[in-house]
Amino acid sequence: MEWNFAPVLGGMDLLLWGLLNTLKITGLALAFGVPLGLGLALMRLSTLRPVSMVSAFIIEFFRTTPPLVQLFWFFFAFPILFSINMTPFTAAIVTFSIQSSAFFAEIFRSGIQSIDHGQWEGSKAIGMNRNQSLRRVILPQAVKRMIPAFMERSIELLKTTTLVSTIAYTDLMYQANDLAQRTFRPLEVYSVVALIYFVLIFGFSQLSIMVERRLAKSGEGTVG
Amino acid sequence: MPNLAKERWVKMDHNWDFATIFQNWRVYWVGLQGTLLMFGVTVTFGMFGGLIIGILRYIKHPVAAWPARVFVEVFRNTPVLVQIIWFYYAFPVLTGIETSPFQAAALGISLNTMAFSAEIYRAGIQSIEKGQWEGGKAIGMNFAQTMRRVILPVALKRVLPALTNRGIEVFKMSTLASVVAYVETLLQAKLIADLNYNPIESYTAVALIFFVVLYPVVQGTYALERVLNRSDR
Amino acid sequence: MTELIRVEGLHKSFGTLDVLKGIDLQVNAGETMVLLGSSGSGKSTLLRCINFMETPTSGRVYLNGEAVGTAAGGKTRYKEADLCKLRTRIGMVFQHFNLFPHMTVLQNVMEGQLTVLGRDKSEAQEKSMSQLTRVGLADKAAEYPSRLSGGQKQRVAIARALAMDPDVMLFDEVTSALDPELVGEVLKTMRQLAEEGMTMICVTHELGFAYHVANRVLFLDQGAIHEEGEPQTLLRNPQTQRMKEFLEGHALFKLPE
Repeated sequence: MEWNFAPVLGGMDLLLWGLLNTLKITGLALAFGVPLGLGLALMRLSTLRPVSMVSAFIIEFFRTTPPLVQLFWFFFAFPILFSINMTPFTAAIVTFSIQSSAFFAEIFRSGIQSIDHGQWEGSKAIGMNRNQSLRRVILPQAVKRMIPAFMERSIELLKTTTLVSTIAYTDLMYQANDLAQRTFRPLEVYSVVALIYFVLIFGFSQLSIMVERRLAKSGEGTVG
Repeated sequence: MPNLAKERWVKMDHNWDFATIFQNWRVYWVGLQGTLLMFGVTVTFGMFGGLIIGILRYIKHPVAAWPARVFVEVFRNTPVLVQIIWFYYAFPVLTGIETSPFQAAALGISLNTMAFSAEIYRAGIQSIEKGQWEGGKAIGMNFAQTMRRVILPVALKRVLPALTNRGIEVFKMSTLASVVAYVETLLQAKLIADLNYNPIESYTAVALIFFVVLYPVVQGTYALERVLNRSDR
Repeated sequence: MTELIRVEGLHKSFGTLDVLKGIDLQVNAGETMVLLGSSGSGKSTLLRCINFMETPTSGRVYLNGEAVGTAAGGKTRYKEADLCKLRTRIGMVFQHFNLFPHMTVLQNVMEGQLTVLGRDKSEAQEKSMSQLTRVGLADKAAEYPSRLSGGQKQRVAIARALAMDPDVMLFDEVTSALDPELVGEVLKTMRQLAEEGMTMICVTHELGFAYHVANRVLFLDQGAIHEEGEPQTLLRNPQTQRMKEFLEGHALFKLPE
């Protein structure tokens, strides 16, 4: 067989458009998922048992069910149940926001719990309430420790976004399928697309390793 | 009027009807068997292969360490769905060997798992104190004996929680095989949804199946971590 | 006197740092030799070169008159299998015990006999129990190391080394990691071994042990043997300023009047 990259290069604009959409989905899911994750983590740490249990259930449910199942549910079942329109785009954003928030919640929780108990007592002693302690004393310290786990999870999210191709959202994976079918060059198309993903994800991984090293040097412990 | 608005936005009167699901339990059962087969094959190859690659990486094998590193980086840094699809559509063009949906998905997921577990094993072996190597050496053990009898037993115990987590991920990953039409739980749910026009029940059912299978496992890993944290022997 | 170990022209460097600068040394059967020296003097490295935990940069080591390794074109080559065999003849006890945490005390002592020497199980068990009795820990045979005190761990480590029936035992600062009240039991075990005629080379800061138990003391400084002699003479009348300073640094030790 002979490699022929001409058809792939001809479709490069399609692939780049798909890549842009991949990044868009990842970015938006992060933007919603992180605050949502913090909320879930705070609920989970609440002293009110029902609140903590509800949060624990949400977290465990979204961590133990496959993301593709969640995506299908939000795309095929959710719109009928609530009589609303769900585009592939909104289904993807909703699914990946909630799915990653469950993982972010656990990162926030272990980050907050890793802070020495004395920090809570110190802020209590100067008259801070729970909220103030959390915002002013605990979180600023915890966030620094969470950065490596946070970046790792973001990379996982980026990989997971390939699933949106199955509900026909035009991400990089979908464009690849499309191009491969039209050009009859699956080998070149999928190899190039794998390479694009590799460069992107490997780049982010190296970045996160660098950040982790710098944090380790500054003497900050990290949580996984 | 407010009632009407509510009616439009939230269809509270949806009749949950799981009867069709129960009538079709055999379809799900076939799917679950497919899921379990995929999981069993990929987790076995992934975890054993990963151990070998992890050790090659650890000992910085003069010939194999570099390819092992490339392998790990490639499979860790590309989405597993891309890997499955590559093995289904691209691999046959490259090699002339046709791959069935099962083979393509099993290859993608196994190799992906090998790459991830290799790094887990490597970190585990690296975490063992240098003194343990010296202890083995001092009573005349060679490298292989020390590795097998002294280092690995402790290292494997240390990475057990990380490996179980990886196993849970592999189980969830098996749903991706549906994309190349391998018969597993999600594909069967899709079949039922298309035949009976009941996506709500059929997809809820498959989510519940995964939750019911994995929730006890996850709880088990938490317990395992607590036990391992308590005993340092 | 039969020579057990001989070291000739031993050099060891780590990168550009020369840790040992030509050591010549002979240990006879039944001798207890103590290596003294401040940290960085190279005494631990010397000990670790004798059983090849470190590979010497140059120089030769002889066990029972036989050279270790094969000389080839100015370089000495060491095969892993030969070194493993050598290490079964030379027991070693470490500062941090290095017991295997996933094995019981008995399994720890049996491990080398089973895996390396290929003894059968009942023989290894019998041997192990007699060595554990020797160090006074037969009743701890079924315990895991994590349940033992530091002193007990160190005595198990001694039993583990002894169970291989070595010709010579190396002790590398074996009391340095112990709480002060646990040092005595380990030194007592070592003294008993010396009195039973075991050949021993010990790196230690316990001058009392050197004075009362050793036949010969070597003082190392900057990677070379600085002074050497019988402990009663050497520790009372050091000839060099370096050794005087070293001994004064150990003010806690008072020589018997």
